Amino acid sequence: MTEDPNNLSCAAFQARLPELIGSGENIAAHPHIQSCEICRALLADLMTIAEAARQLFPIVEPPDRLWEQIESAIRNEDGGSVQP
Amino acid sequence: MTQSRFPTQPPDPASPGPTLDPRAVEPSRPTSSSVPFARAASTNSMEDETLARAQAGDHQAFAQLYSLHKRRIYSLCLRMVGNLAEAEDLTQEAFLQLHRRIATFRGDSAFSTWLHRLTINVVLMHLRKKGLAVVSLDEAMEPAPEERAGRSFGAPDLALSGAIDRMALERAIDGLPAGYRLIFVLHDIEGYEHNEIASMLDCSIGNSKSQLHKARLKLRDALRIDPRQEARR
Repeated sequence: MTEDPNNLSCAAFQARLPELIGSGENIAAHPHIQSCEICRALLADLMTIAEAARQLFPIVEPPDRLWEQIESAIRNEDGGSVQP
Repeated sequence: MTQSRFPTQPPDPASPGPTLDPRAVEPSRPTSSSVPFARAASTNSMEDETLARAQAGDHQAFAQLYSLHKRRIYSLCLRMVGNLAEAEDLTQEAFLQLHRRIATFRGDSAFSTWLHRLTINVVLMHLRKKGLAVVSLDEAMEPAPEERAGRSFGAPDLALSGAIDRMALERAIDGLPAGYRLIFVLHDIEGYEHNEIASMLDCSIGNSKSQLHKARLKLRDALRIDPRQEARR
């Protein structure tokens, strides 16, 4: 038996939400979202988080010693054949 | 002229000369979906030359590649594991793997994409060794009753402010359980699709979607109770 999208409970709608979001379809047009303020707010929050995450990519400088460690490890692997 | 084949410090990419500025060659989100294979060839010619020399065993060139990609790789590791010491170790391991395998790079994808994927594999291997069960656990990943998505219904005052504080979000991501953080970072930050994540983690696409959803719900909860966020209200 298929669920009537016009008569979904919040529980049923939210249980389907991962799939709905993952499908890429326009959830804002879903009948439940149109009629339910709580789930509309939930969806808005999740979309806000996802959007904020897309902007979130701080580039961090690794410590200088890391290259020395890598260089040393490579030298060990190469049996000391690499010229310093 | 005798030139050291293996500099004690990698060249400074910001210095003049043939070294490239990494900001000019590193895409902000080098994913298989967002960075097409045919990345602007003109901007890559110098990196291609450096790459070719590194593939031929020129350690000066390898050091240049390190300088070009170290920030991106270190940042990726840090975001995935949320721990500075582990991120250092993993960055080192990623570049060691790169050194071992660089000759096998055939240019089927952008080098940065290939290195990005190599790094993710290094991190995943590390997490598996640590016993993080992020793979093949569809049943185990069923949410506990208190974690079910439905816990949200009926909750009043749901809306976040609309503009999430970057630091608060970073703190919230760092506070996610490792498995949730991994999928959130791969999808929402790194831009991988669910089918790619499922393939990487050896889980189902539905599982990836479900985990991502739960991660976002946890972040939402964390952001709503973040005291610094609260203080701003």
